[in-house]
Amino acid sequence: MAKKVSKYAPYLLVAPAIIYLAIFIGYPMIEGIKLVFYENGGFSLATVHRAVNNYYFWPALKNTLGLVAVIVPTQLILALVLALAMNKVFKGRNIALTLLLIPMTLSDIAAGLIWYSMLSPSGFMNKLLLNLGLIHSPIQLFGYQFHTREFLMLVFVELWRSTVTIFVIVLAGLQMISQEYIEAAEVFGAGYWTRLRHIVIPLLKPSIQTALLLRTIYAFSIFGIVWVLVGRDIPVLAGEAYYQVTQIKDYGVGAFYALLIAIMSLATGAVYLRLTRSEYLEVRR
Amino acid sequence: MNEKTKHNLKKLGFYTLIFIVVVWMGLPLVVSTLYAFGTPDDYYNPHRIIPLHFTLETTKMLLFTLGGWEALKNSIIVAILAIIISFALGLPAGYAIARFIFPGKDTIKLGMLALKVFPVPIMAVPLVMLYIRLHLIDTLLGVALAHSAGSLPLVVLITASIFSGTSAELEEAGMVFGLTRFQSFLRITLPLALPGLAAAAMFTFVGSWNEVFAASVLTFSHRTLPALMLTLMETAPDYYKFAAAFIMAFPAMIYVAVARKYLISMWGIALK
Repeated sequence: MAKKVSKYAPYLLVAPAIIYLAIFIGYPMIEGIKLVFYENGGFSLATVHRAVNNYYFWPALKNTLGLVAVIVPTQLILALVLALAMNKVFKGRNIALTLLLIPMTLSDIAAGLIWYSMLSPSGFMNKLLLNLGLIHSPIQLFGYQFHTREFLMLVFVELWRSTVTIFVIVLAGLQMISQEYIEAAEVFGAGYWTRLRHIVIPLLKPSIQTALLLRTIYAFSIFGIVWVLVGRDIPVLAGEAYYQVTQIKDYGVGAFYALLIAIMSLATGAVYLRLTRSEYLEVRR
Repeated sequence: MNEKTKHNLKKLGFYTLIFIVVVWMGLPLVVSTLYAFGTPDDYYNPHRIIPLHFTLETTKMLLFTLGGWEALKNSIIVAILAIIISFALGLPAGYAIARFIFPGKDTIKLGMLALKVFPVPIMAVPLVMLYIRLHLIDTLLGVALAHSAGSLPLVVLITASIFSGTSAELEEAGMVFGLTRFQSFLRITLPLALPGLAAAAMFTFVGSWNEVFAASVLTFSHRTLPALMLTLMETAPDYYKFAAAFIMAFPAMIYVAVARKYLISMWGIALK
């Protein structure tokens, strides 16, 4: 009797979660594909044409990939430096750490609006520089004609908001490195940079990989910050999906953009799984 | 002497870096909070860098006339529902993965790992169709269901790792003394796992509290806080934006101040 229960028990325990995920991730994927490729009961590429020929599509794809390509590597370097610095013991460390962690619990909308107080034409930065006599008229960062400035501003604010994701993972990784390795290297006369290059960074590799791919996937669906700060001046894929669904009510096109993000994320996730899996086997064998 | 100067220079460089970081992270928070309560006149006065006159009018307007208070309550309801749903489903699964050996277990674990970082909110677009049919569109439950799907894989993975950390022997000892497996779980394993579970619950709460895409797409009148602000801010005057930022950020700041100790370890577990 007891044996029989334990044979099916794990499946009964796991089943609700799996069914739930199938409904809320699996079903929307299939429904999304149907929305994109089926029309009037048959296969049709009309929606794809509409989506791809949309004036905003290619810029949106370009901007999304561009933002990821600029933001993620910059964040990695920044987070590494910060984690190495914060791993030391110094006066005021707790305050610095608390401040660094705040964005982790902030929504992207809030982060965008917070930075608006710094960067708007009547904002803190402009007024400060004006009153110091460093500039004579406010620096305009917002507006369709300032495309590059808006892009850089998004990069800057997103760095402020989400570098902490990588930082926390790298810091957790750093704290797991056994002090013995470092001390052993010191005994053999290795300086700070040598230790960093040959011991710390290699041991951090799994944490860095995790953090990097995680951030990349999140960055593909960048939306809130862009929407509150620059709207459609800098179109991004998630923003276009939102616009198509809420304003145009073209669910097919919206689903196409959403699926595109999902596919990019799954592809990145597959790379991530392969990397961690090989790592796992290495340790075991 | 030379060594000493070098050491001091290094120290100076280190503290400069820390100082820059602190200002970079902290100043926007301070400024936007001041602006949130500064009068519009002070904001538009080019010579007043920091407002000197303060008012609660903007915040009150946002909360009580423009629906902020309702949205805040909605956000809390959605987040709590998301915790309940994802734990009700995720806890048993995590327990099974931790305690049983069964065919397909590795596949399930891998699947959870893959879905952990899947951008579920994006799936809200096709989900609209299903919600219209099920009359879930524009309901808080609908948003909570979508948010739960986002946090469920994480809850499964976290609970699995927490339960494998608690001793199976204790649980078995309980069974030897006449408890059923479920009773034994309830009285022995669950209390041991509680701190970790609390961390996972916080993670779910924060994720739901901040999520905007699904909340905006799946509702139009029953908005959560970020979703409401997203639409309001398109047309609102600047000083409303700062008040909105404050209303959304204040709970987060309190939260970090209270739970900082657990934050790093918690996100260390959750994001690994």
